[in-house]
Amino acid sequence: MAAPDDGAPVVEARIVEWRSYVRRQQAIHAVDADELEDHLRVQMAELGKAGLDEEEAFLIAVKRIGQLDTLSREFAREYSDRLWKRLVLASPGAGDETGGWKTEGLVAVALAIAAAVAIKLPELFGLSIAGPKADQAFYARNFSLFVLPFLAGFFAWKRDLRPAQRWALATPFVAAALLVNLYPFTTGGSTESLEAIHLPMALWLVLGFAYAGGRWRAHDQRMNYVRFSGEWFIYYALIALGGGVLMMFTTFIFRAIGLNAQALVQAWIAPCGAVGAVIVAAWLVEAKQSIIENLAPVLTIIFTPLFAILLLGFLGTMAWTGKGIHVEREALIGFDLLLVLVVGLLLYAISARDPEAEPRFFDGLQLVLVICALAVDGFALWAIAARITDFGFSPNRVAALGENVLLFVNLGWSAVLYARFLGRRAAIAPLERWQMSYLPVYLVWMWVVVAGFPLIFNFQ
Amino acid sequence: MSIGKDLVAASATPLVLAILSEGESYGYAIIKRVDELSGGELKWTDGMLYPVLHRLEHNGYVKATWGESDTGRRRKYYKLTDRGEAELANQRRQWKIVNDALRGTSFHSLALLPQGV
Repeated sequence: MAAPDDGAPVVEARIVEWRSYVRRQQAIHAVDADELEDHLRVQMAELGKAGLDEEEAFLIAVKRIGQLDTLSREFAREYSDRLWKRLVLASPGAGDETGGWKTEGLVAVALAIAAAVAIKLPELFGLSIAGPKADQAFYARNFSLFVLPFLAGFFAWKRDLRPAQRWALATPFVAAALLVNLYPFTTGGSTESLEAIHLPMALWLVLGFAYAGGRWRAHDQRMNYVRFSGEWFIYYALIALGGGVLMMFTTFIFRAIGLNAQALVQAWIAPCGAVGAVIVAAWLVEAKQSIIENLAPVLTIIFTPLFAILLLGFLGTMAWTGKGIHVEREALIGFDLLLVLVVGLLLYAISARDPEAEPRFFDGLQLVLVICALAVDGFALWAIAARITDFGFSPNRVAALGENVLLFVNLGWSAVLYARFLGRRAAIAPLERWQMSYLPVYLVWMWVVVAGFPLIFNFQ
Repeated sequence: MSIGKDLVAASATPLVLAILSEGESYGYAIIKRVDELSGGELKWTDGMLYPVLHRLEHNGYVKATWGESDTGRRRKYYKLTDRGEAELANQRRQWKIVNDALRGTSFHSLALLPQGV
């Protein structure tokens, strides 16, 4: 029993508790809770005057305000829009968003504009995106360098990296910039296009360091970065879709007055939008992570069964018709992408599951998918390996083959770990650890392709 | 005698408007005034007043402002607008029609009416 003199703090604590209950109702915002709390306190004061002690007054006042779920339903009827969680357009003071949110938005927009300016800067030196082949090759090689440093800056600012960490983060970017511009690439050669494809991925993995605030060794931080990447990809795709509509209308309305806006679209809107959207998408993901359900796991749940059925059907057809895989050696990249997709489905399924949960039907499905993908890839590799020796080792083939092997190893061991989990001989955690420990392998490979391949293959 | 739930709900809007026509007020005071005016017969669940007030605000019948209570706590005050005045007049007419109709019938037939009408 509390002594009378500390009765007030106890009641204060109970009011705070009650308020937090009120705030848990989605339709009741902070300002409404303020209003209800004021009501509660006046009522308590009145009851206190009538001779009740604070505990009793609190209990009666709470009872008079009524049941919270009924009240919440009434509020929801009045504010049906509140059941749709709002992100950017949330009115100030409506929720409990912190003030830092606004600054963050301004920083993000500023960085997006900086990236858009950066991609137009080489134009001053006579390099045009829509220009001759050599110019286009320059942009292809450097594209990620126009935007990802700004994103790195965003995270460095947001995570408040120490100076030493900032230098560590800047090094790969500087190295990449020197490398891709000093290497004497053959214009239009394979090593150059491999570089253009792999550098963004290599730098993206480096960005994980900034995202994790330097704590890149921690598995949970890596997992968060994987989650971030998935959401970022979805947001980027959505923004790109909107951008496509914008460009379509730009062309269309100017054509209506007899002007050709093609140059405007190609030289300004598309490149500036493409780099700016990278930053804006990243900021949106950061801003909404605690507000809206992640989308990547939802897509995973939809597509895992579909891909499992597809691959099972494919294997079944192969067995039934006795047809082997007949592929051109270039098609290896297609099978690489298939494995990437399966790794992605696996990662996002793990990222959203409760680590303590028992194996479910969906986990079995996931294992079926992984095994089918491995089988299909195994057949493809078999078919390709037989032919690759006839044609020699070109940079493209080595890159594609290397990636295939890396993904195959990743998925193969994942399948073993998954099977153990399904057999209840292990938890899901080792599988997650395996996936996260494997990320640096990809990082190293990407940098080998970017920095090593041109040397090995003599810039061809 | 306790008043039926439906009637309580239906009378909430005109009552709140009428009370606010006496001057600016806030949630708790409005509830107290309802209690006074009805001689304690109209019992509201206190919390339910707020969704009603917010609805009136959305419709432009009242205007809300944040002020301070005597003890310095933040408090939301409500004030009737011109549209609110017009709505109150309109509601009063409607209630009068219902009231007159009920008075016009004889006592016996009134007793036969289903409860809550």
